[in-house]
Amino acid sequence: MSSDIILEVDNLAVEFATFGGSVQAVRDVSFKLHKGTTLAIVGESGCGKSVTVQTLVGLIPMPPGRITAGSARLRGEELLGLSSDQLNRYRGKRIGMIFQDAMSALNPTMTIGDQIAETLLVHMGMSAAAARQEVIALLSQVQIPEPERRMRQYPFEFSGGMLQRAMIALSIACQPEVLIADEPTTALDVTIQAQILQLLESLQRSRGLSIILITHDLGVVARMAHEVAVMYAGQIVEQGSVDDIFYRSAHPYTLGLKAAMPGKTAQKAELHEIPGSPPDLFAPPAGCGFHARCPHVMQLCESKAPPLFGAAHQARCWLHHAQAPTHPLRQQLLATTGNGSC
Amino acid sequence: MLIEARKLRKYFSLGHGKQVHAVDDVSLGIAEHEVLGLVGESGSGKTTFGKTLIGLYDKTGGQVVYRDRELPQRYQAQDYKRQASEIQMIFQDPYSSLNPRMTIQEIIAEGLLIRDGGNLGSVRDKVVYWLERVGLHGDHLSRYPHEFSGGQRQRVGIARALIVEPKLLICDEPISALDVSVQAQVVKLLGELKQSLGLAMLFIAHDLSMVRYVSDRMAVMYLGSLVEVGPADAVYFSPQHPYTKMLISSNPEPDPVHERQRKDVIVSGEIPSPVNLQPGCRFAGRCPLVEPHCRLETPMLRTVAANHLAACHLL
Repeated sequence: MSSDIILEVDNLAVEFATFGGSVQAVRDVSFKLHKGTTLAIVGESGCGKSVTVQTLVGLIPMPPGRITAGSARLRGEELLGLSSDQLNRYRGKRIGMIFQDAMSALNPTMTIGDQIAETLLVHMGMSAAAARQEVIALLSQVQIPEPERRMRQYPFEFSGGMLQRAMIALSIACQPEVLIADEPTTALDVTIQAQILQLLESLQRSRGLSIILITHDLGVVARMAHEVAVMYAGQIVEQGSVDDIFYRSAHPYTLGLKAAMPGKTAQKAELHEIPGSPPDLFAPPAGCGFHARCPHVMQLCESKAPPLFGAAHQARCWLHHAQAPTHPLRQQLLATTGNGSC
Repeated sequence: MLIEARKLRKYFSLGHGKQVHAVDDVSLGIAEHEVLGLVGESGSGKTTFGKTLIGLYDKTGGQVVYRDRELPQRYQAQDYKRQASEIQMIFQDPYSSLNPRMTIQEIIAEGLLIRDGGNLGSVRDKVVYWLERVGLHGDHLSRYPHEFSGGQRQRVGIARALIVEPKLLICDEPISALDVSVQAQVVKLLGELKQSLGLAMLFIAHDLSMVRYVSDRMAVMYLGSLVEVGPADAVYFSPQHPYTKMLISSNPEPDPVHERQRKDVIVSGEIPSPVNLQPGCRFAGRCPLVEPHCRLETPMLRTVAANHLAACHLL
């Protein structure tokens, strides 16, 4: 893995003002994205994964949203707190984004070709004729058959899989360094999902793209990710390499997620649900966000929030504290980092 | 067999002589106490099959036999009333399938009151019993659906369906709108209820590993026709039909080492339009093994192993 850091997010915190009070959607999130790799952010609905990345590209309306702390740097340049003019210089150009629902993300009144050409005209200063050629090239790169004909069609004339391809073409048109993919295959069938994941992988190889992949599907994570961050209740509770997360899970929530999925082994292992539901982010619990659902909960967990323990492989769980009772989970973190203290 | 579809057919007319072949001559039965999983891509007709099976759609052709009695071709009001205490359904979207203006008590009791008469007070104990049986609290009675999370609403949907003590439960994508940890809660609940009540279920879903987990048998539909059916493990681990193979090999496993060793799956094309289908194998256009006669002659289901059938000319 290259140590070339493209995007670095430190201690990001985002809250929303609502009638019911302020919702702390993202709390103290830090991660690094390395060149040419895929970082998967995994979590359940409401864990703050989409808000985290939407904040990076200025898609969170402010107000009601508010960034209360943190910084995010694209190759050293600060992204947070920019004006919308400044934002437009890199949004769509240096950071591309694809969304879950391509049908509502694209403009229904413009042809696919015009939408892709628009970004080329604005960001790359191309002539209309050059943009047209480029659109055809892009559409064939994302394996849309008959690009000359398809570019004159409207979104409603595309199937779900083809629309997702068109959106990928649009997002890579200006050769961004970073591609943010927010649940890109959730609305698609598995066969089409396999096609789209293969496409993203081959684009990553040919263009050296760095990808932030938001998903809730651990299968997709295993398929695509190099690094993984697991989010719960607005925080990253565990992060590390994909093998750390799957084979040396060090947080009870990650273990719970894995146990809640049926395996592929011939004998049917029992499914273990995680009891209860995520906490209310209007008033996040004083201690660990997961304590109410955690099978290993200790007294400390209810009152004091755990820090991230570990170095390359990190977990936000008191079980990793040197004074915590010995627990098999602790070995997981020690196995990878050789560093149990924080 | 508890319920059996014989050459069940449902076409939707688009006018101008165009017809959508949503379900085309599907023969499939569910035994007492059996869970039959039904998988396929969107547009394969799995939901339409479920709804036609229980009379929510009129049949275009074929028969449905329930406990040796043929069900009517087109349901009248009294047919629904009679069948509803035998067959119930839970739906994919726990948000739109519960009336937002009714309390939980009204929602759960409604079927019972329609069938047996009486009033909310007289069935209160039973409603409380079912609320607790699905893991909610008895004091949730007067709350409204918006006060519950997705998983809790799905539990309300299950209580609503089971209070009339049906023999067959049609589950149409009951977990796909839920988060992973909550999916396991609902699947386990359905499993427990199946055991204790002796329910049979048609479990429609697109999550292959989950379907294999909950089902005794698994059926695969493609473009309105049944392409493979057999014991769930046999279909999952040794799929016979090229479509089933493609479907199962496209499903990413939560195991990075396994995924790194994965050969790129050849998944060509997309599910075509189901309008005015011609004879021939439905999958011919996407099949990596296609031969000329596949496009001419519709393959029939044939036995490939014990209780395992597939419809492919090449088997």
